[in-house]
Amino acid sequence: MSGIPHDHYEPKTGGEKWLHSRLPIVGLLYDTIMIPTPKNLNWMWIWGIVLTFCLVLQIATGIILAMHYTPHVDMAFASVEHIMRNVNGGHFIRYLHMNGASLFFVAVYLHIFRGLYYGSYKAPREITWIIGMLIYLMMMGTAFMGYVLPWGQMSFWGATVITGLFGAIPFIGDAIQTWLLGGPAVDNATLNRFFSLHYLLPFVIAALVALHIWAFHTTGNNNPTGVDVRRTSKAEAEKDTVSFWPYFVIKDLFALAVIMVVFFAIVGFMPNYLGHPDNYIEADALVTPAHIVPEWYFLPFYAILRAFTSDVWVVMFASWITGGIIDAKFFGVLAMFGAIAVMALAPWLDTSSVRSGRYRPMFKWWFWLLAIDFVVLMWVGAMPAEPPYSTISLIASAYWFAYFLVILPLLGVIEKPEAQPATIEEDFDAHYGKAETPAE
Amino acid sequence: MFKKTGIAALVALSLSAGGAFAAGGAGHIEDVDFSFEGPFGKFDQNQLQRGLKIYTQVCSACHGLQYVPLRTLADEGGPHLPGDQMRAYAGQFEVFDEEIDDFRAAKPVDHFPGSQLENAPDLSLMAKKRAGFHGPYGTGLAQLFKGMGGAEYIYSLMVGYEEPPECAPEDFEGSYNAAFTAGGYPEECKDEHGHPTVPGSWIAMAQPLWGDDVEYDDGTEATLGQQAKDVAAFLMWTAEPKMMARKHAGLSGVIFLTVLSVLLYLTNKRIWAPIKGKKTS
Repeated sequence: MSGIPHDHYEPKTGGEKWLHSRLPIVGLLYDTIMIPTPKNLNWMWIWGIVLTFCLVLQIATGIILAMHYTPHVDMAFASVEHIMRNVNGGHFIRYLHMNGASLFFVAVYLHIFRGLYYGSYKAPREITWIIGMLIYLMMMGTAFMGYVLPWGQMSFWGATVITGLFGAIPFIGDAIQTWLLGGPAVDNATLNRFFSLHYLLPFVIAALVALHIWAFHTTGNNNPTGVDVRRTSKAEAEKDTVSFWPYFVIKDLFALAVIMVVFFAIVGFMPNYLGHPDNYIEADALVTPAHIVPEWYFLPFYAILRAFTSDVWVVMFASWITGGIIDAKFFGVLAMFGAIAVMALAPWLDTSSVRSGRYRPMFKWWFWLLAIDFVVLMWVGAMPAEPPYSTISLIASAYWFAYFLVILPLLGVIEKPEAQPATIEEDFDAHYGKAETPAE
Repeated sequence: MFKKTGIAALVALSLSAGGAFAAGGAGHIEDVDFSFEGPFGKFDQNQLQRGLKIYTQVCSACHGLQYVPLRTLADEGGPHLPGDQMRAYAGQFEVFDEEIDDFRAAKPVDHFPGSQLENAPDLSLMAKKRAGFHGPYGTGLAQLFKGMGGAEYIYSLMVGYEEPPECAPEDFEGSYNAAFTAGGYPEECKDEHGHPTVPGSWIAMAQPLWGDDVEYDDGTEATLGQQAKDVAAFLMWTAEPKMMARKHAGLSGVIFLTVLSVLLYLTNKRIWAPIKGKKTS
C-alpha cells in the first residue's frame, strides 16, 4: 500500500495462509505497524500518538459516563452530581473526561503547528491536511456539545451564544438556529440532540483518523528536513527509514508517559483549574452570567469572532457593498470560520518549493509570529471586548489572515531558501554520526 | 422568551465588559491555609464535624444541601461519623415520600433537605461554584498557586461583614460585606462611570456567624474565625466529597507513570543506540 518499498507480511503456517487468502487483516496490521518511517523525526512528531490516545480515552470514559448520565433539563445537572458522588470511581472518570478534552486540544494545536512549520501540508500530503482539518472541526463540535451536557450556567449560555451565531446568517439564519436547537431556544430538545451527537461524532472522528493515517502512510511521513525518503529500492529506503515498530512506538510511548504524568497531576490535584466555576451552577434561563467565556481552546477563534465590530472599516465596507446584508455579527461569524478555512487552504497558498521551515530563513520569523499571534488571540479571547483589547484582537486577527493569504504566497517568490540536505540519512548522520555497522 | 434570551446573549457577547464591571469591584478574599490544600492535602475529620454542627445549627435554617446523601456523613474521607450517629442525624429531618404520600423521618439513603427559603442558594456546590482567586479576567496564575479558593471565599464572606462605608445611606437595604461582589450598591458609592468606589457589595443575608454561635464538642474555642474556617471546610467536603480519593488516585498515577517513563526512556535509548551509531553494551 505504501509508496516506500519495504517487506510485506508473508503468511507461513497453514492457518495463516487460510486466513490471509480470505481476509488479509494480519497483513494490513503488519504493514501499518511496520511502515518505514523517516529516522530523523524529532519530538514534535509524537502528537499523533497522543491524539490517538486522547480519542480512545475520551470514548472509553465517555461510554461509562453515558451509562449514568440523564439527558434531560430537569435531571442532567443532578445526574452529573450523582456520577461525582455515588458512582464507583465516577468522580475520577468524569475529571479524566473533562480534562481529557483539554489535553486533546493541547495536542491538536501542537500537531497543527508542527505541520505548519515543517510544511507537512504541502504536496503530496494535501489530503492528509484536509482530513486533519475536518477532524479538528469535528473535535470542536464534539467538545462544544459535550460542554453543554452538564447543564451548568456556562453550558446553557455558551450554547445560546454559539447557536446564536447561526442566527446571524442573513435570511435563513433564524430558521437554521431553530432547526439546530429543536425549538425557539436552548431547551430539552437541544440537550437531547447534543447528547446524541456528542456520542456519535467521536466515531466519525475515529473513521476520519483512519483515513488520515491511510493517507500519510501512502505518501509517507513528512520529516524535519522535508526531504523525501529515497524509494527507488528497498535498500535505499532503509538508509532513510526505520520501521515504526519498535523504534517510534517506544519513543512515542515514552513521550506519552511523560505527558500522562502531567495529566494525572492535573486530574488528581487541580481538576477544575481549566474549567469555569459558573458551570457548577445549574442552568437558569433567567439569569445571564456576568461574562460568558468559552473554554480555553475556543478562545483564539472566539477572539476573531469578536474582533470585527461595526466600527471596523472592512466591516463597514462589507456592509455597504452588500446593502447591509453582512452586518458586524455575520462578518464576525464569517471571519471565525474563514480563519480555519484559510488554514485548510495552506497547501495551495504556500508557493514555496521548499517544504520544511528549517531551510526558509524568512518564513521562520513569520511562522513564529503566527505562533505568538495564536497565543495573543487566546489571551484577548478571554478579555473584555473593550479598548485596548478590541484593538489588539483586531490586529491579531488581521495577522492571522495576512499570514495565510499574503505572506505565504509572497514568501515563495521573494525568499531565497537555504541548502537542504540531499537525503534524510545525511541529516540524521550529521546529528548522530554514522552507524557502526553500515547496511552493506 | 427566545427574544429575551437572544438579546441577553448578544449583550453578554458584545458587552461582557460592562456586565463584569457592573457586577462589582474586587472582593477581599483571604488566603487561608486549609488542611486539604495541595497534592497531599487531607480533610480534617474533626474540622468537618465541627463544620457540620455549624451547618446544622445555623446555615440549615435557610439553606439546603440537596445533592448530598446523608449516608455520606459516615464516609471515610468525610466527617466519618459512626454509623449510629449518622442514622440518628438523618432521622431528625423530615422528607416527603411519594410512595406513602406523606412525610416521614429521613433515612441514610435520603439527601439533606433543599433550601428552606427561595432566595437562599443551595450550598452543596458552593465551594466549587465560587472561585475566590478568579478575577473576572485573571491569568489563572493565582488559582495555580493558591488553588481555586472556593473555601477561602466562604471563609471571607463569613468574616467579611463590616460597618458600611461612609458613602452609603443608613437605610440602604442589605448588609455590607467586603468579600461579596455579586450584590448591589447605593448610588452614592459609585463613581461617574457607575463603578463602585468600595470593595465588596451589599448582600441580602444578614451576618450569620458572630462567634460562640455553637458549642464545639471537642472543646475548640468557637471564635468567628474558627467557625468560618470550619464551615468553609465542611462545604468544601460537600462540594467535593471524593477529594481525598481523587488525590490518592492522582498521586498513584503520577508515581506509576513516572516509573513507567523512566523504563520507557531506557528502553527507547537502548533500541535506538545501534541506529544512532552508538555501542549497545
